[in-house]
Amino acid sequence: MAKVRLDHVTKLFGSKTALDDISLEIEDGQFFVLLGPTGAGKTTTLRLIAGLERAQSGMISIADRDVSNWSAAERDVALVLQQYSLYPRYTVRENLVFPLKPKSRGLAPAEINDRVAKAAKIVRIEHLLDRKTDRLSGGEMQRVSIGRAIVRRPRIFLMDEPLSNLDAKLRESLRAELKDLQTKLGATFLFVTHDQIEAMSMADKIGVLEAGRLVQIGTPGEIYNCPANIFVAGFVGSPAMNLMNGAVRADRAVAVAEEMSVLLRSTESALGDRVTLGVRAEDVRIGPLEPYPGRVHDVENHGAEKIVTIRQGDLALRATVNAKIPIAIDEPVRFGWDLGRMHIFGADGRRLSRG
Amino acid sequence: MAEIILRDVEKYFGEHYVIRQLNLQIHDREFVVLLGPSGCGKTTTLRAIAGLEEIDRGHILIDGRPVQNLQAADRDIAFVFQLYALYPHLTAYENIAFPLRAARIDRSETDLQVRRVAASLGIEHLLSSRPSSLSGGDMQRVAIGRALVRRPKALLMDEPIGALDAKLREGMRTELKRLHLKNGATTVYVTHDQTEAMALADRIAIMNDGVLQQVGTPTVVYHNPANLFVAQFVGSPVMNVSKAALRSSGAGIKLVLGDEDGEFAFNGPLPSRVAEAGRSNTDLTIGIRPEGVLVARQPQEGFVPVTADIVEPLGAYDIVDLKLGNQWLRARTSSGFVGSSGDLVWARLDELQLHFFDTRTGTSLADINGA
Repeated sequence: MAKVRLDHVTKLFGSKTALDDISLEIEDGQFFVLLGPTGAGKTTTLRLIAGLERAQSGMISIADRDVSNWSAAERDVALVLQQYSLYPRYTVRENLVFPLKPKSRGLAPAEINDRVAKAAKIVRIEHLLDRKTDRLSGGEMQRVSIGRAIVRRPRIFLMDEPLSNLDAKLRESLRAELKDLQTKLGATFLFVTHDQIEAMSMADKIGVLEAGRLVQIGTPGEIYNCPANIFVAGFVGSPAMNLMNGAVRADRAVAVAEEMSVLLRSTESALGDRVTLGVRAEDVRIGPLEPYPGRVHDVENHGAEKIVTIRQGDLALRATVNAKIPIAIDEPVRFGWDLGRMHIFGADGRRLSRG
Repeated sequence: MAEIILRDVEKYFGEHYVIRQLNLQIHDREFVVLLGPSGCGKTTTLRAIAGLEEIDRGHILIDGRPVQNLQAADRDIAFVFQLYALYPHLTAYENIAFPLRAARIDRSETDLQVRRVAASLGIEHLLSSRPSSLSGGDMQRVAIGRALVRRPKALLMDEPIGALDAKLREGMRTELKRLHLKNGATTVYVTHDQTEAMALADRIAIMNDGVLQQVGTPTVVYHNPANLFVAQFVGSPVMNVSKAALRSSGAGIKLVLGDEDGEFAFNGPLPSRVAEAGRSNTDLTIGIRPEGVLVARQPQEGFVPVTADIVEPLGAYDIVDLKLGNQWLRARTSSGFVGSSGDLVWARLDELQLHFFDTRTGTSLADINGA
């Protein structure tokens, strides 16, 4: 178990900047999730920490020691990938034993057996130990890959989208299992994903990557409630936050769409600046006493709730409502929100604080 | 536009019985989603409709005409795969135009149709790009364009957005629905993702092990699942399920979960329904969705004390695992309602959201559920 630190790390592939001046700290025993779309640099960050890539500048330290020049093997980290990469003709047990075999580890057979048994129990594959891995389901294979990481007792677990290839249902149950596992082991986890639900539900801390830059680090609550910029606001949360064009008039931010004039006070901006106003779908209210008229454009059923798209002129807003509320496409509705729940972003995309 | 009927369709792969006595009617202009886990037979069913798989028994009718012996090309159906299967050496324009060129449609008509489809998909600006320079979402838009350009009778899609990033998937979902509303082609769509199914479908057909489990609107399959499989496959997080016994207690009734893991008292219409059903109180399994587990921070009448275990914050709401004896109940609460893991809270099951199933068969007990 160990903490990890990246200090001003920059990584180039040819002339392309994959990671631009990344600094972050993962505490001992923390579940840290790197979240971002494909190509944002998540996997590159992970591979840098694993020692599979070298950075052009900056420092990487593990347990307070600079490991920038250490080989992958010396760093003592375990990597779990989206593709299981198990040895197909070996049994589960052989796959688990494999990383413990090298003489350099100097483990006694009894110790190896003990570790395998414990790991198998933790990831619940005891009944599969003598099965060949090509006879396993996707979920079982991923459990074996995680088990193979556990037996090594690495200082850090690095996971690269380990749930992405699994069925939605299985993904959901493994999500809870992984979080539980990490708590039990008290291990440091760095988990990479493009799925914001995975990030929100498992992370102690989330780092959001946008095009090679770390744009925000925070708890799931901070990321969701105070997104640092428009990108984070749109990326985290489902459905995505409603965003409206606006401008600063006097000391207020005004959404200019049609006759909507949502007034908000703002400080770090000047008269005439273009701004973006954001409101989450669950903060949009629908009811007869709400201020703005609109029309129902679409209704998506999600079980416990419905996501209603309301149109007013060019503006399309999504609102989450209880599934029991009857609402039909093309119905006229009135909508509004609590001004305290609005987010404002400046012309450069950065979050503005309210006055 | 077309109506598709599957009648007693059966399919074997060698010994393996992959579609079992499947009966399904897909109405003209309807959007039907085939939903199930991998290996349930949904893709095989779709491929059978397309003519990419032969069936061993039964009939497939398109607009009343049996097509099971027709070649795929003669069925006038378009297929979109998860992997885009675009021609890498052709531009997006030429990829979309391909089926029209193959059908020897003249140049100006082809141009008209390609531009019409591109406009409806919002990819006009990409027409001169090659697939290798397109993002996953744009490649799939092109693939859909190629499928739609012929104005096929029906559109079949096999996990068309399964390979995309989560966020992109969400946007594409909305686009697909809009597109369907606009062009109205009868659509059969395969996915293992229940969120996608719920959001897109007019009706969902849920399959497991080659057997059709239930067909219904998203509301019906969510609120009145026909059996335990459907109950647990549809909805996220998964419905809580526990063995249960009913015991009378005074005027009311007590529901004992699992191995005496906890008991909940009910006084509403449930006791009388149970009495009327005259069902034995053994072999019962109950199901309750996380939003049906009501949580309070103070002791209240009818609530039992439980310990909060893992709290999953999802932004708009939290999912809290409550420890009840040897099992967990997952509850959905407002954000931050339960402070942290280890907190003592109180829980009750909402009688209106309680589902009863026969433990042995898994079938929903409609007489007790009162639905």
